Amino acid sequence: MIALLIRDLRLAVRAGGGFGLGLSFFLIVTVLVPFGVGPETALLAKIAPGILWIGALLACLLSLDRIFALDFEDGSLDLLATAPVPLEGAVLVKAVAHWLTSALPLVVAAPVLGILLSLPPQGFLWVFISLLLGTPALSVIGTFGAALTVGIKRGGLLLSLLVLPLYVPTLIFGAEVARRGAEGLAVETPLMLLAGISLGALAFLPFAAAAVLRMNLR
Amino acid sequence: MSIWEYANPVKFLRLTDKLLPPLAILSIVTLTIGLVWGFFFTPDDFRQGSTVKIIYLHVPAALMAINAWLMMLVASLIWIVRRHHVSALAARAAGPVGAVMTIIALATGAIWGQPMWGTWWAWDPRLTSFLILFLFYLGYIALWEAIEDGDTAADLTSILCLVGSVFAVLSRYAVNFWNQGLHQGASVMRAGALAGDTEERVSNVFAVPLFVSMAGFFLLFLTLVMLRTRTEIRSRRIKALLAKERVE
Repeated sequence: MIALLIRDLRLAVRAGGGFGLGLSFFLIVTVLVPFGVGPETALLAKIAPGILWIGALLACLLSLDRIFALDFEDGSLDLLATAPVPLEGAVLVKAVAHWLTSALPLVVAAPVLGILLSLPPQGFLWVFISLLLGTPALSVIGTFGAALTVGIKRGGLLLSLLVLPLYVPTLIFGAEVARRGAEGLAVETPLMLLAGISLGALAFLPFAAAAVLRMNLR
Repeated sequence: MSIWEYANPVKFLRLTDKLLPPLAILSIVTLTIGLVWGFFFTPDDFRQGSTVKIIYLHVPAALMAINAWLMMLVASLIWIVRRHHVSALAARAAGPVGAVMTIIALATGAIWGQPMWGTWWAWDPRLTSFLILFLFYLGYIALWEAIEDGDTAADLTSILCLVGSVFAVLSRYAVNFWNQGLHQGASVMRAGALAGDTEERVSNVFAVPLFVSMAGFFLLFLTLVMLRTRTEIRSRRIKALLAKERVE
């Protein structure tokens, strides 16, 4: 499993484009928002946590179809399915690799982009923590969506349609943590719920994703 | 004699052949009685005026929108566990019907909300969860349409239905947490409603025709799903025949 993780990380970093693409997309979305709503600092500070969350979520979505598509095309996914490692484990590793290469850079970049949106000072920590806790759920849910659509040609749009409704609870709690944090309110309740969603998704969704992968590989 | 006998498509077709016409007539009659009674023979509400009558479309449609998803969930489970094709096709047939029920509930709600709340739309928990439910329906239908192979499509959509159900319930409570709303709580089926406690519940003058329209919507749903399941079975057969012809 560790060998698989290292292989996936190497592929993601070396196979040009994929690695930095999500990050650049996140940057562009954040830059476009002030053009859309105007440059008033008070307004931007109010919506900054939500914008950062939505930007991170969309940037995560962008790299999802990469998780299985290439391995499906060259047949290495079939090998993975017949390997002694259980497919559930392989799926989890894929999700972790996606999180490390796509989501973690976003989490680190989010506070920096917060400066552009004049995020209040007490918000930086909570935006970072809420994304750190919430993005694993985004990666695992996205892996499930990618497994569902792996056999479909041009499945990218369908993938977004399937995955975005599943992202709703995570987004609600994550953005709530960030917003309350930025306004200096208590964040414990949404923070715990967010962590619960992440842990629950990590525990259960690899099984569902492996099940649909087996159906797709049949 | 068990219910599983009708998992055989031939037997299912034979049964529904007999069942469908009376069911269709019954649903038309019940719907007509419920809606005409509701629209023309109930008094206006003293505060809401005649707009209250939209309840006879709004509440039954909302009820069926949720129940259609539940039916899809049960049918998907049956497909996963017992692999009866009729079950998977029934789930497929229920999808668009449920989506339309959701649209009806949302649209009538907007039309009702405009004079009562002064707005077509508010980010109220109930409204929002229905919109999310609609998105789930869209994803489910789109996945069915996207996959060529029938059995794979049935497998994948049933897993999506299971996972989607969990997340739909999660969203329902997440949305509650996120915003408190304008929509009233349950007042038709509230405990004590049947015991004759008249405070804060729908009066019998309105409730009885409402129950009739609910029954009408339920029968309509049953009829439509049966009809669409038959269509799906037949189109599956045509596909098989065409494939056979190509081989020969």
